[in-house]
Amino acid sequence: MTFMQHAFLAGTGIAAACGIVGYFLVLRAQVFTGDALSHVAFTGALAALAFGFGLRAGLFAATIAVALGIGLLGRRGRPDDVVIGTVFAWTLGLGAFFLTLYTTSRSAGNGTASISVLFGSIFGLSTEQATTAAWLGAGIVAAMLLIARPLLFATLDEAVAAARGVPVRLLGVVFLGLAGATAAEAAQAVGSLLLLGLIAAPAGTALLLTDRPYRGLAISTGLAVAELWAGLLLSDAAPSVPPSFAIVAIATAGYLLAVVMSRVHRRWSLSVVK
Amino acid sequence: MWDYPFMVNAFRAGAIVAVLAGVTGWFMVLRRQTFAGHSLSIVAFPGAAGATLIGVGAAYGYFGFCVGAAVVLALATRGRAGHRAQESALTGTVQAFALACGLLFVSLYKGFLDGTTALLFGTFLGITEGQVMVLGAVALTVLATLAVIGRPLLFATIDPDVATARGVPVRALSVVFLVLLGAAVAEAAQITGALLVFALLVVPAATAQRLTARPVPSLLLSVLIGWVVTWAGLAAAYYSSYPIGFYVTSFAFAGYLLAHLVRWVRP
Repeated sequence: MTFMQHAFLAGTGIAAACGIVGYFLVLRAQVFTGDALSHVAFTGALAALAFGFGLRAGLFAATIAVALGIGLLGRRGRPDDVVIGTVFAWTLGLGAFFLTLYTTSRSAGNGTASISVLFGSIFGLSTEQATTAAWLGAGIVAAMLLIARPLLFATLDEAVAAARGVPVRLLGVVFLGLAGATAAEAAQAVGSLLLLGLIAAPAGTALLLTDRPYRGLAISTGLAVAELWAGLLLSDAAPSVPPSFAIVAIATAGYLLAVVMSRVHRRWSLSVVK
Repeated sequence: MWDYPFMVNAFRAGAIVAVLAGVTGWFMVLRRQTFAGHSLSIVAFPGAAGATLIGVGAAYGYFGFCVGAAVVLALATRGRAGHRAQESALTGTVQAFALACGLLFVSLYKGFLDGTTALLFGTFLGITEGQVMVLGAVALTVLATLAVIGRPLLFATIDPDVATARGVPVRALSVVFLVLLGAAVAEAAQITGALLVFALLVVPAATAQRLTARPVPSLLLSVLIGWVVTWAGLAAAYYSSYPIGFYVTSFAFAGYLLAHLVRWVRP
């Protein structure tokens, strides 16, 4: 069952990248940017299909360009949600346009292409695709670890970080570029619409479980990988459940569990104090 | 174009949806709740897919899921105001899970793939008189509620601290508003599709607020822009082979750019 090995190989790299990037996105309250990037990935992929060049090239070009644009346009690398929303609402409209262009111009093409772009096809990866995804994931994780310390400083206390000579703006832009690359890569596995689950849920869980940043970073990354593995196994055991659904459902369940645990814990510690 | 009853119905439904989205979207943009609004609009997709799967009318699915998700978002973020990181993680998770459910419903209901695109990107074909009546009734209810709570909601949005001190029920208002937003989205999604409702909510409102800061003129402007854009999109989609969502978002975005240009030329 080599397709399962491919899914595990690619999925591990992608999930690790999502976990680590997602933690910073949540910490910087930029999940909406991740949301926007995931939809841009959809438009990029469909543009690539419509004009007949490589899917991966289209994905990366679109997400990284928009990520850098968002980073550069906004004041201090954090633009307004309304501006992001306006731009990506139009991007989605363009996606609908490319979808029609693709389905009408290539009548021989398969009608499910848009579905697989939207919802992923992790069981359909070739050896070469899986290896590339794993390497890209590893590269993103390495780059994130490299900038983790100054980025954390810039995130938690921007003014002090800037005063201490940390290049806050540059870091914000580089980080968004990496987030764009992550979105492009993850779109191939879980699909452009569902990658938000891998970005937001493990990171949200980690943030509920610990206040300490490095521990949170490790938990978020580990959880994302574990939840992806569990999703793949669940989908393998129950073939009528699509893998993307299994992964996101398990990540959501983990988050829900952490919410309940943290509420119970808070109530319990309050009653002890009383 | 006017010889076809479905086109007349489409224009009627489009006008209702545009007015409703223009008003609720205006408050949404002012409250900086674009992410919540986008997530609610996404929820329309599993709603419709789920309703089709169990064989009830799609409208029940739209309203059930969107209003349900609005309640979840409103209750789960209660008492944690100011905790934006957690709130955004929660919103993102709700959205991703809703989409994943939509995917599950679609894959359980085999042979539904063509319909998926219509659910996501909208269709204006085959709107019946009955649907227009339902849309109108829901829109009237939502707008009437908004008219009642509009003033305190505006106060609570612009200065929550002072509003709380003056005895305005800020929390309750924000819950009610999210539910209204859910209902508006559920309604609009039936025409524009789950992925593109968001455009009608955010772009006209952002354009109007860019042009004027006074509440009443900018609210009216938001409605007007939404209306014009929707009707223009319908007409363009009728005469060409491209989807309505593309035209509506493109016209709206062009208007937004134009508003920026106007502000830039005449500061």
